[in-house]
Amino acid sequence: MSEPLFEYLLRRGDDCLITAQRLGEWYAGAHEMEEDVALANIALDQLGTARLLLTYAGEIEGAGRDEDALAYLRDDREFRNCLLAELPNGDFGHTIVRLLFLSAYQSLLYDRTAEADGVDERWAAIAAKARKESAYHLDHSAQWTVRLGDGTDESHRRMRDAVDALWPYTGELFESETTGGRAIDPATLRTGWLSTVEPVLAEATLTPPVGGWTPEGGRRGVHTEHLGLLLAELQSLHRAHPGATW
Amino acid sequence: MIAEPLWEVFVRPRRGLSHTHVGSLHAPDAAMALRNARDLYTRRQEGVSIWVVPADAITASSPDEKDAFFDPAADKVYRHPTFYPVPDGAPHL
Repeated sequence: MSEPLFEYLLRRGDDCLITAQRLGEWYAGAHEMEEDVALANIALDQLGTARLLLTYAGEIEGAGRDEDALAYLRDDREFRNCLLAELPNGDFGHTIVRLLFLSAYQSLLYDRTAEADGVDERWAAIAAKARKESAYHLDHSAQWTVRLGDGTDESHRRMRDAVDALWPYTGELFESETTGGRAIDPATLRTGWLSTVEPVLAEATLTPPVGGWTPEGGRRGVHTEHLGLLLAELQSLHRAHPGATW
Repeated sequence: MIAEPLWEVFVRPRRGLSHTHVGSLHAPDAAMALRNARDLYTRRQEGVSIWVVPADAITASSPDEKDAFFDPAADKVYRHPTFYPVPDGAPHL
């Protein structure tokens, strides 16, 4: 198989790219213009990190693929994002809960990566840049989680549905990965992630489901049927007009 | 849909200057108003500090009272320092 760090960075970069695309779908669709701007800002942060990660992954691979080649010219089986990122947005509650789970994961990973010894230098520098943005994504989603979970009967019901639906997908985030000793193994993040997410859910009067199935496959390219449709929208312009700019 | 309350936003552009009104926004409460203000008004590094104030907490002068409030100041030139001649030999005024 290929260089472990290439696979590792592709997984991180694809998480960001697919999250950016999903959040971008909210533009002009949120309940207030202020929230449109907030979600679009977060989407752009994610896209910025995706570009840095995919560019670097392409350099490590050494096959001449740049960020555009990796973003626009891979098919769904070649994507390495977690399933959580590609699931449809659902209602605002689903979007917020997904962002909470994902940004708690990214925030922890970037923090540990930026501070650890022996991590690949450029990956650590990317993490150091992304961690401040990620802390804000976590804050934004946590603020909304508390307000909606501990809000009206209807908002609580929707948030409970979202937590029940999305919690199973968080197992995949902590699969052990080969890092070649130059990155943090996500398997080591689970305890820290729980100690971030559980207090937010508790304050929001929400409880994670116990047991049940834990879908996985994204890290090996086995995705839900939703990713293909997302990629069709993401890639169609570039595939019809290769190298198009404006 | 219930509209979220309106907040007035004040941003201090840098240390040493005072907060200046920059606009308004909607948010469900003060904490979210601060975060929305960060997204709407400081994303291009416009400030180092933000205040948000509930719009209904501000008492404003009414346009109808404009004459009574502001016109009397117009003909009182002696309220400006330039009204007074500076005596010769007073160097540091």
